[in-house]
Order: sequence, then C-alpha cells, then structure tokens
Amino acid sequence: MSVVAQWFNRRGWRDLIIGLPYLWLVAFFLLPFLIVIAMSVATRTPTAPPFGYGGDNPAINLEGYRRLLSDTLYLRAFVTSLMNAGTATLLCLLLGYPMALGLTRVSKGWRNILLMLVILPFWTSFLLRVYAWMGLMGRNSWFNQLLTDGWNWLVPTAWAVNSVPMMHTNFAVVLVMVYTYLPFMILPLYANLERLDPQLDEAAMDLGSRPSRVFLDVTLPQSIPGIIAGGLLVFIPAAGELVIPTLVGNSASPMIGRVISDEFAQARDWPMASAVAVALLMLMVLPTMAYSHYQSKAEHREDDTP
Amino acid sequence: MTGEPGPFIRIEGVSKRFGTFEAVKDVNLTIDKGEIFALLGGSGCGKTTLLRMLAGFEEPSAGRIFIDGQDMAGTPPWDRAVHMMFQSYALFPHMSVERNIAYGLKHERLTTAQRRDRVREMLDLVQLTQFAERKPHQISGGQRQRVALARALARQPKLLLLDEPLAALDKKLREHTQFELMSIQQRTGVTFIVVTHDQEEAMTLADRIAVMDRGTVRQVGSAGEIYEYPNSRFVAGFIGTVSTFPGRVVRLTGDLAEIDIPAMNGTFAARAVPGLTEGRNVTVALRPEKVQISKICPDAVNVFEGQVKDLAYFGKDSLYRVTLPAGDLILAHAVNARRGSDSDRTADWDDKVWLSFEPASAILLTD
Amino acid sequence: MKRSPVFLITVLCFGFAFFYIPILSMMVYSFNDSRLATVWGGFSTRWYETLLSNRQVGAALLLSVQIALISATCATILGAMAGITLARFRRFRGRTFFSGMVTAPLIMPEVITGISSLMFFIMLGQWIGWPGQRGFTTITLAHITFSMVYVTTVVHSRMLQMDRSIEEAAMDLGSRPWQVLKDVTLPVISPALLSGWLLAFTISLDDVVITSFTTGPGATTLPLLIWSKVKLGVTPDINALATLTVLAVGFCVAIAGVLMNRAERRRLADERLAYQANG
Repeated sequence: MSVVAQWFNRRGWRDLIIGLPYLWLVAFFLLPFLIVIAMSVATRTPTAPPFGYGGDNPAINLEGYRRLLSDTLYLRAFVTSLMNAGTATLLCLLLGYPMALGLTRVSKGWRNILLMLVILPFWTSFLLRVYAWMGLMGRNSWFNQLLTDGWNWLVPTAWAVNSVPMMHTNFAVVLVMVYTYLPFMILPLYANLERLDPQLDEAAMDLGSRPSRVFLDVTLPQSIPGIIAGGLLVFIPAAGELVIPTLVGNSASPMIGRVISDEFAQARDWPMASAVAVALLMLMVLPTMAYSHYQSKAEHREDDTP
Repeated sequence: MTGEPGPFIRIEGVSKRFGTFEAVKDVNLTIDKGEIFALLGGSGCGKTTLLRMLAGFEEPSAGRIFIDGQDMAGTPPWDRAVHMMFQSYALFPHMSVERNIAYGLKHERLTTAQRRDRVREMLDLVQLTQFAERKPHQISGGQRQRVALARALARQPKLLLLDEPLAALDKKLREHTQFELMSIQQRTGVTFIVVTHDQEEAMTLADRIAVMDRGTVRQVGSAGEIYEYPNSRFVAGFIGTVSTFPGRVVRLTGDLAEIDIPAMNGTFAARAVPGLTEGRNVTVALRPEKVQISKICPDAVNVFEGQVKDLAYFGKDSLYRVTLPAGDLILAHAVNARRGSDSDRTADWDDKVWLSFEPASAILLTD
Repeated sequence: MKRSPVFLITVLCFGFAFFYIPILSMMVYSFNDSRLATVWGGFSTRWYETLLSNRQVGAALLLSVQIALISATCATILGAMAGITLARFRRFRGRTFFSGMVTAPLIMPEVITGISSLMFFIMLGQWIGWPGQRGFTTITLAHITFSMVYVTTVVHSRMLQMDRSIEEAAMDLGSRPWQVLKDVTLPVISPALLSGWLLAFTISLDDVVITSFTTGPGATTLPLLIWSKVKLGVTPDINALATLTVLAVGFCVAIAGVLMNRAERRRLADERLAYQANG
C-alpha cells in the first residue's frame, strides 16, 4: 500500500469529512457574520464602501447602538415585527392545531392525500403565494367586493365603504404570514399528535372523562413539544420577514427586516444596518436557546426511562 | 497459528470504564479452542461490553486480551479474525442474502470461483440456497438469523461472538435454532462465545458458563456445576429457583456438618464444604425439587413440619409454597407420577405436611 | 377508527379552502382578458402568449435552474459530510462550535444572511480582487451555504435512526471505516440524500432575499424577475406564470405519488414473501 493510501486509511477520510464542511462554514458563514458584527461598530463615511475603520475614526463606534435605543423608528419597527410575528404565530396555532388534530382522525387514505395538499403549496413559489393574496386583497377584486358587501349589509348606511382597505396594512402582513407559514405549524404538530397513543384517550374516557376534558387533560399536555416546535418555525422567519411586508405591508410602520434592508441599500448606512441586524439576531437567539435547552432536557428524561 | 498448548483465549484483568461508570471490573477468563462459552447475566452486567472488547469495538481500560496467543491491544476490529453475530443481526438492508454473505470475502485474496464456492457452501450450511437472491426484508426472522450466522462464518473466523443470538426469535423457533447452532458449531469447529440473559439458553448451548453481575464474573463452570454447586447466594438465586435460610454450624463430623436452622426449628445434616468452622454462620439453600413433601412423616434424616399455603398445578408436576413454623416460606416440587383426581394429590391447601431433604442436596453458602 | 368530530372536519375544510382559494383564484384570473388583473373581462389566453414570448422569463428560468442544480449538488455533498460528522464523530476539536455553525443559519433571518454575504463578497473583492463582479458565482456560493444546513439536518436525523450495528458489522467483516462509509452508510442513507437534494434544490430555486443581495448585473433569476414585477403591483402575466408553476409542481407531486404508491405495494408484497418464507 502506498504512503498516501495508508495515510488516507488512518486519518485522511475522517479529516476530509469533518474538515470540508467545517472550512466551508467558517469561510462563507462565520466570516460574513463576523463582518456584520465588526461593521456594527464601524463608522459611516461617504466613501465606497461606505464605512471607515481606524485612522480618524474611532476603533469602536457605538453610534449605531445608541441610535437603536434613542431613535423611535427602530424600537417601533421591533415592536411591529414582534406584534406581527406573534399574532401570526398565534393564529397559525389556532387554525393549525385543529387541522393537525383533524388530520389524525381521518381515514388513512384521506390522510395521505390531505397531507400532500398541506405540503403542496410549500413546493410552489413563496413569492407567488404572496402574490396570490395581492390579487385577492386589491380594491377591485371579487374577494374584497365580497367582504365589502358583507360589511355594508351588516352596518348602518352611514358606515358603508367602497372597499375594505386591506392592502398595505399590518393586517395584510399577518394574513399573508399565516397563509405562507401555516404548513410549518401543521406538520410538526401532526407529527407530534400522530405519535400519541390513542389508548391513552380511551383510558381517560374509560375513567369517566368527557371528550373535551380528555383533550385538555391528555392530548394538549402531550402536544406541547409540537406546539413549541411549530411556534418557533413560524415565529422566527416571520419576525425577520422582508418579502411580505415589502409587498403587502404598511411602509409607514415597517418591520425590522425592511428597516435593515432600507438602511443598507437606500440609506447606504452599513454600520447602522449591521447594528440593527445584530439586535435582531439577539432577539432570535433567545427563544431558540430556550427551545434547545428544553429539548435536551426532554431527551434526558427519555434516557432515564428505558 | 502458534499451535502452543494452553488456553485459546485469555482475558487477563480486563476492566472497562465509561466515564465514572465501571462496566467491566477486573475480569479473568480462559476459554478453550472449539468450546461454546456463554456469558450469562442480567442487563447492564457488562457481558455485552466484554464481547465488544473481544470484537475490538471497545478498548479495555485495563488488562489484556490474548486470542490464540496474540495480544489484541491496538488491533482494530477489521484486522481481527473474530467475527460477531449482532443481536439485531445487522444485515445490510440494500444487499441480497448472497451479497451479505460474500461481503467479508472481498477483503480476502480469493479468486471469483473460490469466492462463489465459499458463498454456496455457506448458503448450504444454513439451508438458504433458494433464498440467495432475496433482500433481508423479504425473508423471515429465523432466516435472517441464519444469514447473519453464515455471513460471520464465511471468513472462517477463529472465534465467533454471538450477541443474544436467539432473543429476537419466537419461543418455538428458538428451541429448534439452539440445536441448529450447536450442530453448526460442531461441524465448523469454531469457538463460540455467546452472550445471553436467558439461563435456559446458556445451559443448553454452552459447554461452560460465566455468570456475570455488575461487571464481575461470579462463577465459571458447566451448567451442572453452576446449578448444583453455586458458589454464592447471587448465583444460587440467579440460576433456577431456590429457598434460602440462615443457619449456624453446630458441629463438623467428617464430611457432614450439623446446621442449626431456626426457620425450620431444629438442627439438620448437610454435606460440608471447605472452609466451614464450628460456630460459623452460613446460608442453607434448597432447590424445590430436592425437597420431598408428604402428609405422613417420612423415615428420613432431615425432617421438618409445615403447612401448605399455596399450590400451583402444572400437569406433570406441582409446586408447593409451604409455611414453616417461624413463618418463613419454602418451595417444594412434587412430580405427579400417578394419575388421579384433585383429591388424590400429595397435599392440599392448609394441610399439615412433612418436608425432608437429603444431606447431600443442601447447598451451604458462606458468602 | 375514531369518531371524527364535526368541529375538526369543519376547520379542516376551512383550512383547505384558505390554502387553495387564493391559488385557484389566481389560476382563473390568468385566463382573464382584462388588463386590470382583478376585474374579470372575459376568457383569453393572451397572458400566456405574452409570457411565453417574453425571452427574459426563459433566460431567468434557465439561470435559476442552473444555480439550483449546482448549489443543490454541492450542498448535498457538504451537508452529508456535516451530517455524518455530527452523527458519527463524537470527539473532535471544536465539535460544539461546529454544531452551532450548522444550526445558526437555520434561524438566521434571510435579510441578515443576505447583507452579510454581500458585505463579505464586496470586502473579499477589495482584499484579494475576487470576486470582481457579483453574479452567478456569488449567488451559487451563498445558496450552497444556506441550503447545506438543511441537508445536514435531514442526513443527521436519518443517521441517528440508523442501526449502528450494521456499520459495526461491516467493520467486523474486515472493512476499514471509509469502506464502511462507501459500502454501507451511504447506500443506507441514500433516500435522505435524495430528499436533502430536493429540499436544497427547491430552496435555491425559490429564494428571493439572499439572491437579491448577492446578485450582480445581468444575473436575474426567475424569483428576482417576479419580485421586480410584483413590487410594482399585480400584473396579469404573473398569474399565467403562477398557473404554470402550480401545474408543473402538481404534475411532479402526482408522479411522486404514483411512485410512492408502487413502492408501498412492493413493500406489502415483500412482507407477504417474508411471511410465506416463515411458513
């Protein structure tokens, strides 16, 4: 055996498998990320690229973080983002939970078809799904007219409107977020609910619980991991969302993703954009860390009971 | 092959620690060539860890393992002439039965014809020739087990390790397979080490058994030695059923000891064991089938009284749970040698009965 | 089978109506003759003609597919390596750090990934003169990076389910670790590799935000083209494009469904075979 083959047998294949993705992530993920952090304390200059480091500029410039706390634009954007993402997550849960539970109760043949139908929109373009709602929410669309007629029929004539103002509101943002992220709530919940032992329900009923109590006492507590997983899968991308607020959102009260993008591309204030980005990341990291902590604790529990 | 006389496998002071947990503690064993040797114990007793050290998947934390006179330290699993039959069988799901068996042969210098012959020979050995083309999920559990065996034997190992070889089979198939394993072992002459938690399996299969508990070997011997002459309360209780009573040696005369057993309200004769001294506390263990039960006082050496608390009728025999005067329970087995209705049996619930045992049948334990 | 409460069925119906009414509406309106995309003006296929005669759309689609093919393939290779690393190599320096780097892109908002990649490429261009211009290469590099972690997740979870003893069996039969990988591990996880590849392919094909930051002059992918159009409002030819997309996806899913059905039937036949072998 040649020396090369011997080295490969001993260590090479292992080093290669660990090393290649490691180096790739360091180069194309970690390094860009460190640049963002460094950029957030750089100074904005009218040069190209528009920042300065050292020389006349302070080594660490906290201007961006100062403005983050003082300029209400950023705080409002954070609050809008959290409100929109939170509302969307809650609505996804309220709609997705009964849907996931319903999926576990239909016959096997139907279940596969319906699951396919839940996943199908995910394979079509995200952008086109947002676009579909732009068509529905527009002032002249049949959907908007239907809602308008319904409203005018319900309320006194004095309150009658020509059309329901839906486009370019936070309502539109939440609605489209629920639409595009609902599968991310349904699928983990379904996976969780499907694994539950139906005999537990029967046992609870046998011990005298009515179906509604069975749900509260047996099903709901056991589905909490699914709720948390689904909630994070909806909340995290929703909070940093850029496409939906740009297309259907209210530009007067932007979400944080829009602010980062505008600071960067329009205002060409890279340090500010980076500071906002770092702040947003901190906001994302906390729930994720809480989740992984919870999960590792759950795994420990499973290990203890063989 | 060194050919020197002496044990084929020598395990010297082997220990294995995982972090702070000591899975195997200072184990010493020798195993002869061509033997079927069983490692018997409950879950977590270290038997599987010991097996994995023989296969090379784990390195001992201390001690040495010699196979055929060669120190195995530092030899990776792929360079050991030791093969393993895994508990899950670990068949390659994407390969046919034939390719599974041939897999190990690709590392040997064989011509295509030789390789084909060897695979055919193995298929023949385990009677699976007609299933050669099938994938593992297309054959039954018992057949999978035989494929795993053929695959491990194809490279003609010096030593075959079997991890719970019969655990995944149902009861009927298990008995049949036990004898098949033994006949294959006889034909190939390969040394087998079997790990099992099932004492019956160990007793039928193995020439010798090592009983393990919490990482240590408690006793090594043939099935008969371990059953009839256990060296500790653990082994006596682990293999078969036993009733134990505390006692004290009153007098030693020749090879007989007189033991005072408070639970039975008297002194009894028992075959002495080495290391007994007068006045020493011992445990007397009695196997149910060594205890005779009858309603009339028998003409025997060690007789005591009791009252039937419970009885279980199994057809060919019955098991009695008898309360002794001091409140202890003793188990007694009675063979139903004669046919008769319920009223004809040896004793019934709440009957006063006489029990007796031979001096040679009592097991004296000093641990 | 359990009772299916009326409430759950109602919600299911409502949910699926919610999923599909916007899509159906879009498909119906793609045959609308009116220039106003939301007002019905009679049946017509003129928007399909407009769409198909638009050379830009074809070029953008081609570019998207090229990028998706290359990035999905590279992401699968790197992601599989990372997944195997996490599942099999318990001890190496920087393991915790590595697993952090593999999870972080999953929760990183796309905007941040986008601007960080853009700043990285600009500064790299300044330091070493490469990449001089952004476009195909920079988009592909960014796509590989953020889709490989999805492949990693898929492969890692498959590896955790896999019976480790089959790898040990191969080792026991004389294979060195890298031969085990080639002969046993990779064939066994191949379904996970395929679904990882498909996932990476769709993610790349669908991405707007990261692509919009890492693109350069002349490199317009299909999502970027749609993005620039819909930012200006509803245009009817996008309805036609959406209809074609939905039909194409529906077709692929139907084929996948047929194949899965066939595999399921084969599995049942195999089970019967195993049962007969038993008797």
